[in-house]
Amino acid sequence: MDLRCVLLPGNPSCQGCPHAIGLKALSVLENPIVVVPAGCTTIIAGFNPKQSIDLPVVHVPFASAPAVACGLSKAYDNVVVWMGDGATDIGFSTLSGSAIRNDNILVVVSDNEAYMNTGIQMSGTTFWKAKTTTTPAGKREEKKDLALIMLMHRIPYVATASVGYMRDFVRKVKKASKIKGFKFIHLHSPCPPGWRFDSSKTVEVARMAVKSGAWILWEYDGSFRITGMSRMFRDKSKRIPLTEYLRVQGRFKGLTEEDVRTIEERIDEVWKLLDVLENTINKA
Amino acid sequence: MKTILTGNHAVAYAVKLSRVKVVSAYPITPQTTIVEKIAEMIAKGEMDAEFVNVESEHSALSVVYGSALAGLRSFTATSSHGLLYMYEMCWWVSNSRLPLVMAVVTRTIGPPWNIHTDHTDLMTLRDSGWIIAMAENAQEALDLTIQSFKISESLNLPFAVGLDAFVVSHTAEVVDVPDQETVDEFLPERKQAYRVDPNDVFAVGNIADNLETMRMRREMALDMEKAKGVIDEVGREFGEIFGRRYGLVEEYMVDDAEYIVVMTGAWSGDAKEAVDILRKRGIQIGLLKLRYIRPFPREVIERFDDRKILVVDRSFSMGHRGTLGIEVGNVVDCKNVVAGLCGVDVGFEDFKEMFERFVRGELGEVEWWI
Ligand SMILES: Cc1ncc(C[n+]2csc(CCOP(=O)(O)OP(=O)(O)O)c2C)c(N)n1
Ligand code: SF4
Ligand SMILES: [Mg+2]
Repeated sequence: MDLRCVLLPGNPSCQGCPHAIGLKALSVLENPIVVVPAGCTTIIAGFNPKQSIDLPVVHVPFASAPAVACGLSKAYDNVVVWMGDGATDIGFSTLSGSAIRNDNILVVVSDNEAYMNTGIQMSGTTFWKAKTTTTPAGKREEKKDLALIMLMHRIPYVATASVGYMRDFVRKVKKASKIKGFKFIHLHSPCPPGWRFDSSKTVEVARMAVKSGAWILWEYDGSFRITGMSRMFRDKSKRIPLTEYLRVQGRFKGLTEEDVRTIEERIDEVWKLLDVLENTINKA
Repeated sequence: MKTILTGNHAVAYAVKLSRVKVVSAYPITPQTTIVEKIAEMIAKGEMDAEFVNVESEHSALSVVYGSALAGLRSFTATSSHGLLYMYEMCWWVSNSRLPLVMAVVTRTIGPPWNIHTDHTDLMTLRDSGWIIAMAENAQEALDLTIQSFKISESLNLPFAVGLDAFVVSHTAEVVDVPDQETVDEFLPERKQAYRVDPNDVFAVGNIADNLETMRMRREMALDMEKAKGVIDEVGREFGEIFGRRYGLVEEYMVDDAEYIVVMTGAWSGDAKEAVDILRKRGIQIGLLKLRYIRPFPREVIERFDDRKILVVDRSFSMGHRGTLGIEVGNVVDCKNVVAGLCGVDVGFEDFKEMFERFVRGELGEVEWWI
């Protein structure tokens, strides 16, 4: 994999930043324009008059990105929205509206499972029981499954991906860029300060999420299929214990055995649902 | 009890002491540490309230609109883009005549993105029917928040407590935090003009006759006028109990002043230092700090129509002059300096120079301090 790095050295991301890893995948796009709402990437993108993303970048209000991208797409191909999970809370109607119109854009949600830019507050995608500053006793609410919600918008392309498996992610970005209409990729992005693990371990933690079955790589392009490493982990006996993934992260400190069992049951339910989708939405 | 608190934590403690029952907010720098502190106090069982995490500011204010409508004392907090995002609800709350309190940590509006202070965001509330106060420091942030519930609930008007980003919100100072019993003595149980009740069949906000609606607006305008007296009365009572007197304005050496500077917010502290220096040189200068932007202390300003007045603004109305420059200029003749926009630092040295030029008659009608 030979990627020109569109993220320039000296950018102000934290060490081990998952966005900084993920952004590299945009390098495979031809003449993209990147739309970025408020979030850590706003900072990573650098201080005027310089910028650290070596592409045209349009910074926009928190809830507006897909709609701005829709406007830009009337003049250009390859308009990409790079947004955080938080932006899909406040901007959910904007995202949904854009998908319903089948705007010709690619939306990548780099999901670090909280509002990191404002200092680790819970978001809709924050993992069950995770501690954030607004859920000091651990998140009680459900975790929303963005990619599945987007799939139900009946758009031409939806995928999940992980910064731990860049080859898989890059393949998906490339594939999406060749499809006309609304494309959505939900990228799993473990964040060292937000999840409290060592900054050298981003890729390792991302892979543990996949290997424990907690994050599942899949793709829909007319057919639905589990992809990449996740295929192997359909078989539960092949997975690493969930506690290994949870234990490396400070945000899960103090989890009881029952908590872990609850989380595991939730994960099993997701696998069951994906299994049905794979067997049902299948052209072959 | 004297302790060291940032402005944001001072607000959080005031909310706790005011026995707020529902808090809902959405993270935005530099407001976030207010609600983080509240979430922590609730999680530890130190505060008996519900904290509702929402997906946007529009929903944050909507949630507390609902809880206030049901009769519960409610609070939210935001900044800049968050305030703009909840703007529709701001008007819905005030036109519904619902008492509730919001802290606004004043922050520049983008683009370019900027998290530092200016007052443009808060000033967008001017026409909406919110009472708008501005704290100079952490102590005032705490004191005004406690008073805000009483004032808001006596008038059935929502109340915004402004505090400058970082300069107040994140700067730790010695703050006198009153005890619960004394606050309880000062702040009675919540009252409000009406609330939704399952046993009472009536509609809230349904379509009404035009003339009737205009009458409601006039009533609101009259109550805003009445608010001036209530604010001074509550501020006086607060002073009797807690030893710090409040009111629409703070007058600093204005009685014998030939020159008066009018401003609001954190930087008034630096400006007072500059006033002190000029006074030592025998220049008759004073400072009128606007603690309240709405209702506007028109009658106070009228008293000074025989003095030379300078308004120093941290917000600007494009196509006109500084926002307070317009407001004060409607009452008395004044010069207007626009400074410190977008978080640009303005220290007491700047004020010293600015006031010297003002006294020498060197300032134009509107000057950008840049
Ligand atoms: C209307 C509005 N509300 C709040 C904010 C403050 N804000 C800026 S970034 C952010 C969180 C971003 O979270 P996410 O989208 O998950 O991106 P991350 O920082 O985690 O990469 C928030 C709440 C804002 N800019 N605008
Ligand atoms: S907080 Fe996390 S997502 Fe944000 S810049 Fe740091 S590592 Fe990246
Ligand atoms: Mg995030």
